[in-house]
Amino acid sequence: MRDFYGTTLANGFMLGTAQYPSPAILAEAFRRSGASVATVSLRRESGQDRAGQDFWNLIRDLGVHILPNTAGCHSVKEAVTTAHMAREVFDTPWIKLEVIGEEDTLQPDVFGLVEAARILTEDGFQVFPYTTEDLVVADRLLDAGCEVLMPWGSPIGSGLGLNNIFGLRALRAHFPDVPLVIDAGLGLPSQATTAMELGYDAILLNTAVAKAGDPAAMAEAFALALKAGKLAQSADPMEPRDMAAPSTPVIGKAFLE
Amino acid sequence: MTAVTVIGAGVAGLCVARTLLDRGAEVTLVDRHATPGSHACSWWAGGMLAPNCEGESAEEPVVRLGAEAADWWAAQTDCVQRRGSLVVSPGRDRADLARFARLTTGHRPLTGPQITEMEPDLGTRFTRGLHFENEAHLAPRAALDALRDSLIADGATFRQQEADPDALATQGLTVDCRGFAARDALPDLRGVKGEMLILSCPDVTLSRPIRVLHPRVPIYIVPRGDGMFMLGATMVEGRAGRHVTARAMLELLSTAYALNPAFGEAEVVEIGVDSRPAFPDNLPRIRRDGNLIRANGLYRHGFLLAPALARMVADLILHDKTPEVSDEIAA
Repeated sequence: MRDFYGTTLANGFMLGTAQYPSPAILAEAFRRSGASVATVSLRRESGQDRAGQDFWNLIRDLGVHILPNTAGCHSVKEAVTTAHMAREVFDTPWIKLEVIGEEDTLQPDVFGLVEAARILTEDGFQVFPYTTEDLVVADRLLDAGCEVLMPWGSPIGSGLGLNNIFGLRALRAHFPDVPLVIDAGLGLPSQATTAMELGYDAILLNTAVAKAGDPAAMAEAFALALKAGKLAQSADPMEPRDMAAPSTPVIGKAFLE
Repeated sequence: MTAVTVIGAGVAGLCVARTLLDRGAEVTLVDRHATPGSHACSWWAGGMLAPNCEGESAEEPVVRLGAEAADWWAAQTDCVQRRGSLVVSPGRDRADLARFARLTTGHRPLTGPQITEMEPDLGTRFTRGLHFENEAHLAPRAALDALRDSLIADGATFRQQEADPDALATQGLTVDCRGFAARDALPDLRGVKGEMLILSCPDVTLSRPIRVLHPRVPIYIVPRGDGMFMLGATMVEGRAGRHVTARAMLELLSTAYALNPAFGEAEVVEIGVDSRPAFPDNLPRIRRDGNLIRANGLYRHGFLLAPALARMVADLILHDKTPEVSDEIAA
């Protein structure tokens, strides 16, 4: 498995910590998911006086890697400030960088993203940028110092799955050595399987689990799906073809010419 | 006669005191403040008695225990209105309405014209909704005042003083209902900040609480009569002091404006903020340690669950019956 800034993860499951009915259900979902990374967003207001401490302690107690994010930031300045706060609170150089460009689709502002990634990388952060499947932007992010890319599957919280399989496959093919994470838009475990079959290294999701009627069961379903996709990918899948290829021998059957 | 001291005159303490008094105990209520007010979390409550709606995110006991609330409050005060509650979503967020319907019970679907008929001031803005017919709401501040006054009238003693639960417990049975102030004794209690506001808008008439679903900021509006409306409430993990963010106000006010543009002209009467005391599963707890009983963690369900909590505290004290929501503190 490709490593993330020198850290090898037990699996490619990154799970968000927002929107659960309660912290107890959140903890149970993590237990059943076996996720190796927890993402956590920092509201600037609670960062200032460390008011979210009780909640953050609960997240720390999950015993997994913590990936703080800059969710909801709309400008480079906001994202950079939030990243600094997160580094102080969680004592990690990791930061999932979100610079939102459009309110309805929560599409990343890729120009601001590249700029913020450069600023943060120069400051010693290890940046996980939330981006699109655009190859040129991906290239610029790598130039800016990112060693991981996190393209969206579809808009955040939409549950639409992988909207542009062709683009995601091209991204994988263009950057065979860069760890790639599908971030956002997954709604069903089968979509996570597809992501892993495409050769992606990890998936990151939140809403699909947190807003399921039974979050813990859905977390486990995603874990199984992830495992299936990963195993399938490593098993060297067959090539699709246009015509049927009989799976049973035809010798001995009568041919009519 | 069993003598009990109850500490904290917020919604939990008042309900516990009332229930114990009704069941024949001799009750002393102790609070730092003379009257219910802004120091108590319950002062800022929405006052919805909506157990079915809460089932969307809360666990089963909230729905079941909350079903006792409307009758209890109606028997104790004249602050309860039984007109059900209404859940709507903007057209583009219809998936959220479907999800809400799936996760809750006790509702019937409404068409656009039915919504307009029930709440004419919503106009034709919503084409689908849910009506929870058996739910109710109350005026929280009036209910707290009424409960305190009736307690005193019926023979409970009220003492205004700073109380030390451990010291009081050496003298007799004590119930600690201080909410977040009891954090020192309850390390797994956390604060979940909520911001609300009160608008005066005589141009708009609504007759029941309305929840507006939205993927990021679900918000409710509760009519308080005389053109007053309560809008709430944000949910922010962490006891973030008493400052109100611009974002919270923006979210609350845009929802009101979306319900009826006349809210744009409303007067902002009050802005409130406090922390809800909550345990990790967001369910309340009753913990007994000898003479000291701690009842806490009502989270966003103060008025909804306090009657059931009080019943269980009374059963524990008077009949030694282990409460459903109890867990033992390690000695």
